[in-house]
Amino acid sequence: MDTAVTAKKKWWSGGYSPFNVSYGKLMMWYFLMSDAFTFGALLISYGTIRFMSTSWPDPNEVFRSFPGMGEAHMPLVFVSLMTFILIMSSVTMVLAVHAGHMRDRKAVVKWMAWTIVGGIAFLSCQAWEWTHLFHEGAWWGRNPFSNINGTVASTNFTNFFFTITGFHGLHVTSGVVLNIVILANVLKGTYEERGHYEMIEKVGLYWHFVDLVWVFVFTCFYLL
Amino acid sequence: MSNEATLHSHQQEATHGAVAHDHGNGHEHHHEDSFISKYVFSMDHKMIAKQFLITGIIWAVIGAGFSVLFRLQLAFPDATFPFLESLLGHWAKGGHISAEAYYALVTMHGTILVFFVLTAGLSGTFSNLLIPLQVGARDMASPFMNMLSYWFFFLASLVMTASLFVQTGPASGGWTSYPPLSALGDASIGSKIGMDLWLTSMALFVVSQLLGGLNYISTILNMRTKGMSMTKMPLTIWAFFFTAILGVLSFPVLLSGFILLLFDRHAGTSFYLSDLFVAGKVLSNEGGSAILYQHLFWFLGHPEVYIIILPAMGMVSEVLAVSSRKPIFGYLAMVGSLFAIAILAFLVWAHHMFVTGLNPFLGAFFVLLTLLIAVPSAIKVFNWLTTIWKGSIRFTPASLFSIGFVSTFISGGLTGIWLGNSSIDIHLHDTYFVIAHFHIVMGVSAFFGMFAGIYHWYPKLYGRYLNGTLGYIHFWITLVGAYLIFWPMHYEGMAGMPRRYYDYSNWESFKQFVELNKFISIVVFTVFATQLLFVFNFFYSIFKGRKLTTTNPWDATTLEWTTPIRPGHGNWPGEIPEVHRWAYDYSKDGKDFIPQTVPIGPDESKH
Repeated sequence: MDTAVTAKKKWWSGGYSPFNVSYGKLMMWYFLMSDAFTFGALLISYGTIRFMSTSWPDPNEVFRSFPGMGEAHMPLVFVSLMTFILIMSSVTMVLAVHAGHMRDRKAVVKWMAWTIVGGIAFLSCQAWEWTHLFHEGAWWGRNPFSNINGTVASTNFTNFFFTITGFHGLHVTSGVVLNIVILANVLKGTYEERGHYEMIEKVGLYWHFVDLVWVFVFTCFYLL
Repeated sequence: MSNEATLHSHQQEATHGAVAHDHGNGHEHHHEDSFISKYVFSMDHKMIAKQFLITGIIWAVIGAGFSVLFRLQLAFPDATFPFLESLLGHWAKGGHISAEAYYALVTMHGTILVFFVLTAGLSGTFSNLLIPLQVGARDMASPFMNMLSYWFFFLASLVMTASLFVQTGPASGGWTSYPPLSALGDASIGSKIGMDLWLTSMALFVVSQLLGGLNYISTILNMRTKGMSMTKMPLTIWAFFFTAILGVLSFPVLLSGFILLLFDRHAGTSFYLSDLFVAGKVLSNEGGSAILYQHLFWFLGHPEVYIIILPAMGMVSEVLAVSSRKPIFGYLAMVGSLFAIAILAFLVWAHHMFVTGLNPFLGAFFVLLTLLIAVPSAIKVFNWLTTIWKGSIRFTPASLFSIGFVSTFISGGLTGIWLGNSSIDIHLHDTYFVIAHFHIVMGVSAFFGMFAGIYHWYPKLYGRYLNGTLGYIHFWITLVGAYLIFWPMHYEGMAGMPRRYYDYSNWESFKQFVELNKFISIVVFTVFATQLLFVFNFFYSIFKGRKLTTTNPWDATTLEWTTPIRPGHGNWPGEIPEVHRWAYDYSKDGKDFIPQTVPIGPDESKH
């Protein structure tokens, strides 16, 4: 074997992390890949069943309400607001990570707090939407909406809607919990002591992933 | 920039750990390990490996014991065995196993052996033991998550055990738990609470696999010691690496499938259900697809067989090289074929579904991809054979089991080519031919790999040897027995004998097999008794086995043999050794073996 005469660092030859990342971040990336398969499986199942069906309810009719607007026909307005809130919370998360790089503790606290607020706002919107649909008679195993071609729909529209948005909501909830824990640690000064704010990056990765998944969920259930 | 800071501080932590450890080996130990933190909630990868192994052994005895019970039924469908009633109560009234109990036993046998023994017990044990030791790390990347991985497995075990004792019995719809049978509690008593417990247990098991897998991957990538480039790693580590990736990417799909199944069971949904009658009543479920579940299940289910077999392949490669005193033949081809198998593993799942209503056009592609797996598998087989070719083989129990592995992998793999053809599968599907195929190629082979691993690394685990004589008896009876059990099943299958039947004596066409079934069962009992001999050997040797006097009992090159005979937490008392060469410098330049830690000499020949 040739001895190291090159000045270039041999990243793969042991003793270092080949990607120059800590094991924690690496684990987070692999976990996200794993979770992507979970969501992928659910969404593909949804697609399979939907393609097998002759017709499907029209999202513009189902998701037409807005809180406090009564019977006004506002298709997809509310869900657009929800999506906007979630994407904005990703922006604040980016700012928190950036502040962490700068080791600006105050800014980290500010942007983490905003991210948490965004997450809770999204979950509240989802809670309203679920309640509203529930009062219209929709639930697991119950579907009041008819197909776009006027025929009676199977319950799988609501089955998949509640299962997948619920599973996503569960992810957002755990993300909010994680963010709160991390924020508490920031306030305690844990990361100042540790010398770096990498934990913010790790929860940031998770948070962005959850937002990305929402883009797919949003597309599959509201747009298609 | 922050990466540098992080990495640096991690290194500091690692060194600090090492220093604390050295200190611990001295006379005053300021944080004495309690019994709980040393043996129960241990974060030492070696102890966690032992926990996985011993839990796996207990499950293996239970799971194989179940097969003894149902083989009793298959051999002597008319006889009564009073001891069965004392053992199983109303499940074996009058000493005769009921049909429900028979299906529950078959289901539990499959679930336990596939998941709890050959996944957790095999890859859980040896990934934990060997990854840090062979890549040169003090422990796993996250010892805490590693501990959780075991305890989630333990919880899964508890829930599964509990399901054996509920009034309506455990799940009984087969280890695949296909709906609608598994989705409807009214369809069979095994689909009541037993099925829920099965799903809960499996969900916990998925969590355990995820926590373990993330650790294995990041330890292998990030924690290799200086000089241990990826291509200097022993093949065991490559095998564990691909196994972990397979697990991390395929188990979540199974979890999704289970989530939908749970909703079908309890929330009135129809993901898998449509157009059903149960007990003469029409069900309102509409619009679902039972085949959807099969896709989700087999997307895990097929990689799962490679999750089982890859660790065995890795360990066999290592043991064969050590015991024939020759470098492994075609190291890079071995790595490449592991990689090819890992990729193909994700692309062949529908060959389990050729006759379930899959589009035959789609089936054609799955035939092609399935048969492609024969290529890397053959590469591996030929490389093992050429590794031992003209070697000066030391016939230790470990090397015998490795050779046995190659044998069963060939004979079980060849029948895979039959089954992978969708047209032949029309005749052979759901017959004993399938049973024979997968038991030989993944059941017996994986067990042989596991035994090879246990006999070979037992000295590292316990600082003692297993008894060799018992090992030889164990090997020969198991090898001959395994062939005697499964070889005849091929003939039964070709004659059309279906699997999963409770009593074949009712069918005129299968009466010819009455004596053969008896013969198979008697061999099963013999082989099972021999495994108990191994279990005895295992536990006896922990306390009374011959003690190790040298750190490197097999004259092997890899890093785990540079640690003390009984390494403490942290593995190496001083610095972690640096690696200078690959793991297979055997019989080189007139030297029997050169450990990985020895620097390359000035006039050394290239391998």
